[in-house]
Amino acid sequence: MGTTSSTLTQYDIEEVQEHCNHTFSQQEIASLYQRFCQLDRNGGGFIAADEFLSVPEFAVNPLSQRLLRMLDGLNFKEFVAFLSTFSSRATLQQKIEFIFKVYDSSGNGKVTFDDMLNVLRDLTGQFISEQQREEVLTQVLEEAGYNKKSLLVLSDFVKILGNPDLKMEVEVPVD
Amino acid sequence: MANAPDNKLTSSSSELDLDRPNLEDYLPSGSMQEPRGKLRLRDLLDISPTLTEAAGAIVDDSFTRCFKSNPPEPWNWNVYLFPLWCLGVVIRYGILFPTRVLVLTLGWIIFLSSFIPVHFLLKGNDKLRKKLERCLVELICSFFVASWTGVVKYHGPRPSRRPKQVFVANHTSMIDFIVLEQMTAFAVIMQKHPGWVGLLQSTILESVGCIWFNRTEAKDREIVARKLRDHVQGADNNPLLIFPEGTCVNNHYTVMFKKGAFELGCTVCPIAIKYNKIFVDAFWNSKKQSFTMHLLQLMTSWAVVCDVWYLEPQTLKPGETPIEFAERVRDIISLRAGLKKVPWDGYLKYSRPSPKHREQKQQIFADSVLRRLEEK
Repeated sequence: MGTTSSTLTQYDIEEVQEHCNHTFSQQEIASLYQRFCQLDRNGGGFIAADEFLSVPEFAVNPLSQRLLRMLDGLNFKEFVAFLSTFSSRATLQQKIEFIFKVYDSSGNGKVTFDDMLNVLRDLTGQFISEQQREEVLTQVLEEAGYNKKSLLVLSDFVKILGNPDLKMEVEVPVD
Repeated sequence: MANAPDNKLTSSSSELDLDRPNLEDYLPSGSMQEPRGKLRLRDLLDISPTLTEAAGAIVDDSFTRCFKSNPPEPWNWNVYLFPLWCLGVVIRYGILFPTRVLVLTLGWIIFLSSFIPVHFLLKGNDKLRKKLERCLVELICSFFVASWTGVVKYHGPRPSRRPKQVFVANHTSMIDFIVLEQMTAFAVIMQKHPGWVGLLQSTILESVGCIWFNRTEAKDREIVARKLRDHVQGADNNPLLIFPEGTCVNNHYTVMFKKGAFELGCTVCPIAIKYNKIFVDAFWNSKKQSFTMHLLQLMTSWAVVCDVWYLEPQTLKPGETPIEFAERVRDIISLRAGLKKVPWDGYLKYSRPSPKHREQKQQIFADSVLRRLEEK
């Protein structure tokens, strides 16, 4: 599935569906392909950071830079796998894993105090002082039984965030 | 009205978004129930609402929808319909197109052979010259419209020449200007184009009065605002037509109106234009095709059918800001033409949104964290 042609064969759709563990229906994949081609304006087979940022709703999101690092250079199959976390068919475990990946910028499976502080900074900007941010994070960490030097792994995240009403779903428009 | 020469995205200058209507009222907000209770680790780590918004924007967003040309469904796949469609192609390209080219060429010959003498020989007699040039411009626009078999239905009272009034319309393609111009010789404010269009702009459109702007220049706004004000004061000038969206939109949506036309202290006369897509999609997607290709596409289609509504003139209400005025007129036009409103600035095609919007989100979250820290 090299360069983005405007049609997708049945074989391609099935391959993508396999890759994302059937979290999307075939119609949704076809729809996502149209969207992919729409965003990939220069037809390079992947969506560049610039092209993502040309969507104003994405550009104003506080976590856009972080997500861009994860979205960089993805081809269509990987793009669908990335979005599969947001499907209604995705499991809670998958969603928590995704959140963990957003925090774990070094990719070594451990989230440090600094990682959490960085994300908190993205979300709050200049509206909380750096010192206050550190204090708040330290305080809630200690109340939850961790400390500043703790290294959180995926199972910690599952314990903290594992709540059935964690809502992280997006609907793919299908005409 | 045309694509910028390069795709460099620069962040828009802050002056462009003072007094914007509150974007938060329009943007979809996920699970926005106010979180209550003492702040816990889970509340800081749970970034799911923000991630959901980001993913939602990746999957579909209201801004890109405004500029999507919707191609008609291909219908020539049936053994009976296919030969009909082929016949249609033959007629359109073989008969209609050459006829139209002929009509247009004839129109240009008549126009140029009248315009050039009038322009140079009547240099002394300005009033008569202007009157004749106006009629000739209306004439060549009629020829253009005929060359697409344009069927335009005008509703409402024809614009009258009065000082201190401007006309605003929604924008789909540069042909909007031609469709309106064949009825009334407007002066217009336009982005200067390269090529043959630019040549036409600098020669013929000068005679009806035109104001040039350069959307990539930030300082340009003040110069243009002054030119606008000067133009509407002059009693002898042609009525001014402005497209406040600042860019071509696909005739299903309207983007936010720029306030420039609404702070001149004049009456604003809204005009709504709606094209009938059954015949041809008149949206000029300037990123996808040049204006020449766009015209050729129109000339090889069956017809350009549209409705033009001249709506009731509006003035600034007491206590209303120019931005509110602009939004009110946008409401009137969108309602009349059946267009959906989106809260985006058309110039976001060429630049990034200002950091102000992201900061608003950050502030909301920061305030919520600090507030909950107080709760025990």
